[in-house]
Amino acid sequence: MSEETTTETAAETTAKSGTAPSRRSLIGWGGAGLALGAVAAGGTAAALRTGSDAVPAALSGDAVPFHGTHQAGIATPVQDRLHFAAFDVTTGDRDALIALLKEWTAAAALMTAGHEVGEGTAGTQPEAPPDDTGEALGLKPSRLTLTFGIGPGLFEKDGKDRFGLKSRRPKALIDLPAFPGDNLDAARSGGDLCVQACADDPQVAVHAIRNLARIGMGKVAIRWSQLGFGKTSSTTPDAQTPRNMLGFKDGTRNIAGTDTAALAKHVWVGEKDGPEWMVDGSYLVARRIRMHIETWDRTSLKEQEDIFGRDKVEGAPQGKQRERDEPNLKAMLPDSHVRLAHPDSNGGATILRRGYSFTDGTDGLGRLDAGLFFLAYQRDVRDGFVPVQTRLSRNDALNEYIQHVGSAVFAVPPGVRDKGDWWGKALFS
Amino acid sequence: MRVLRSSVVAAVSAVAALTAVSGCAEKSDAEGSDAIKVTASDDKCEVSKSSFPAGHVKLAVKNKGDKVTEVYVYAPGDRIVTERENIGPGTKVEIAAEIKAGSYEIACKPGMKGDGIRQKITATGGGAPKKRDPELDKAVAEYRKYVLAQAEETIPAAQKFVDAVKKDDLDEAKKLYAPSRIGWERTEPVAESFGDIDPKVDVREDGLEKGQKWTGWHKLEKSLWDDKKITEDDKKLADQLMADLKDWQKRVGTAEITPTSMANGAKELLDEVATGKVTGEEERYSHTDLVDFHANVEGAEKSYELLKPVAAKNDAALAKELDKQFAGLKKLLDEYREGDGFKSYDTDTVGKDDRKKLSDAVNALAEPLSKLAAVVAK
Repeated sequence: MSEETTTETAAETTAKSGTAPSRRSLIGWGGAGLALGAVAAGGTAAALRTGSDAVPAALSGDAVPFHGTHQAGIATPVQDRLHFAAFDVTTGDRDALIALLKEWTAAAALMTAGHEVGEGTAGTQPEAPPDDTGEALGLKPSRLTLTFGIGPGLFEKDGKDRFGLKSRRPKALIDLPAFPGDNLDAARSGGDLCVQACADDPQVAVHAIRNLARIGMGKVAIRWSQLGFGKTSSTTPDAQTPRNMLGFKDGTRNIAGTDTAALAKHVWVGEKDGPEWMVDGSYLVARRIRMHIETWDRTSLKEQEDIFGRDKVEGAPQGKQRERDEPNLKAMLPDSHVRLAHPDSNGGATILRRGYSFTDGTDGLGRLDAGLFFLAYQRDVRDGFVPVQTRLSRNDALNEYIQHVGSAVFAVPPGVRDKGDWWGKALFS
Repeated sequence: MRVLRSSVVAAVSAVAALTAVSGCAEKSDAEGSDAIKVTASDDKCEVSKSSFPAGHVKLAVKNKGDKVTEVYVYAPGDRIVTERENIGPGTKVEIAAEIKAGSYEIACKPGMKGDGIRQKITATGGGAPKKRDPELDKAVAEYRKYVLAQAEETIPAAQKFVDAVKKDDLDEAKKLYAPSRIGWERTEPVAESFGDIDPKVDVREDGLEKGQKWTGWHKLEKSLWDDKKITEDDKKLADQLMADLKDWQKRVGTAEITPTSMANGAKELLDEVATGKVTGEEERYSHTDLVDFHANVEGAEKSYELLKPVAAKNDAALAKELDKQFAGLKKLLDEYREGDGFKSYDTDTVGKDDRKKLSDAVNALAEPLSKLAAVVAK
């Protein structure tokens, strides 16, 4: 069921563009990518690529279907830009919150299809502010996805069960343990709700968060938000992994958005996992990872490559030729990043990474306030992020150059199935 | 404090209106055939014709009573179109004004007080404004009364503050500073519509234009809290503040107020809070921002309460939401009360988290409030 839907979603996206591959060729293309991953034939992969991005340029303006078994924005081919917002729920009124979630869902369906929210600006009464803020007028849908998540605070906050949901909190939605080296800013951490807006046009992503925040005023308030200017991961197996702010390709062995078996195993909540309202959903960990850019830039090439366990230009694992060559972990230093993060070092723990580079200007000392806004989706945080980060935080050579300064965890419910469905419906029913 | 393009436009029209009020009253005995005769007595206000063509209109007033009287022409919502004070018993005066097509009331006020004895008059011709819901006219008239009352209450409060400054009483002046601003802060959008008063009484140092002398409340605020001394120049500025506030009080009655401008004014008061008070920019030396904040909210609520009967009829859900959010914000502000006023808005007393809560509550109210104008204009 879920496998079919994933393929269907990708195919629908493609079908909208005349110059894009046909539905048949797309399926073949996905299949080819999978096969290539298995044999690691880099040369052939390069021949098949349409560019640095697996999504043909003609598709980048299209709409990604909003309705489906899973929420879009997880297995969807990673868009170029991000605006991520975490919200505090400020109302104590359950009905008001439900009304907001319905209104949000309707607005999200409109915006992802490239429409204005509410009544059109053109027909607005002159005395009224327009429903839509307007900065996306005339822009393409730009593959906008809006992915909604629920934080621990919705189930219980300051010992209070505000909405009668305490008993419905999934066991997998844990409060993350403190990891060595964490320097978390409470003002950049947590949140009762979140929305991840990804699009190929930054203005489209910012417009979406701005309008949702506006609709939410009086019921929710933005706690923190993060812009990401460049994707650092790919969920399309024959695409090059984009470089992070340290200049490296990191996260090459990501789960492919087309690899339904891997998605089912590592990303989507299964029926046996429960709770029922989370089946076909996922769990999201968000970490704001500041990079000490200036000290990194003074580090020798050899040390940089040793720290990652990859060569800088191609991104090949140490001792190999191509980025996607199977790494030989033993050829890397014991504290190298790739070796420590690899599933083989973590009892098979695998997460779907969807992070973005950020640069929020400078920090007052003239240093770039830059880094990685890490986003990872997984079936259970306890089997995904926690074991990987436990290992990394203790031993990773990279820790000298990075610091985790923000953290949040969210339960991401299944997709909105149809027009009668809304974000969180199964939880509140 | 706010300087907007719209204020400049309003200033120009206010000057035009003033010309009509003060510039065209002619001392003339001529009772020209085209003049409308107004016969005022201690219990009557008679007009020779209740309907006349719009345009340049002359009113030949005769006070037949024993009391000194005043004559006003009011547009709907009690906006003063023209007025003449101090018409002694037995005196004749002629008042000239440009009157646009529409419905008006003429009022004689024997003893120069109260709402006066009124007659309906009509200026005929093209371009007459559509007749408004009488309920809205009532709301505008009531609001104008409120604005006038705020100005009247401000004068003695400001005088006390000014006296303390002139007596070199630093501590007393500091105590009286914030209370002297409450009436102004409650009705600031109306004062701002004159354009020229706000930059004189409420400008902050960073709002000054090149060559503009810094006058008004905030200059004195800086002297009292930051320089901790009162200079001779400050004492002159205190007198100037008083004169400017009296000018404001005099002109409030001529302000163009409509249901839409009332609703927008309420929203603008919340905007003032969002951009100037929550950030602590407005009262950066005295940290009395919460007093202004509260006055802004009170003023906005007054507008809303007066428009509510119509708003509730046109959009019941909006009225319900506004009731809820006004109550929520006021309750939150109550947590900061101290003595007769409010706690100091310094970062030690009201920290980042508290400021965010205040900011969220302001957004929660301002967002639905921004919809009020369209709902009353329906």
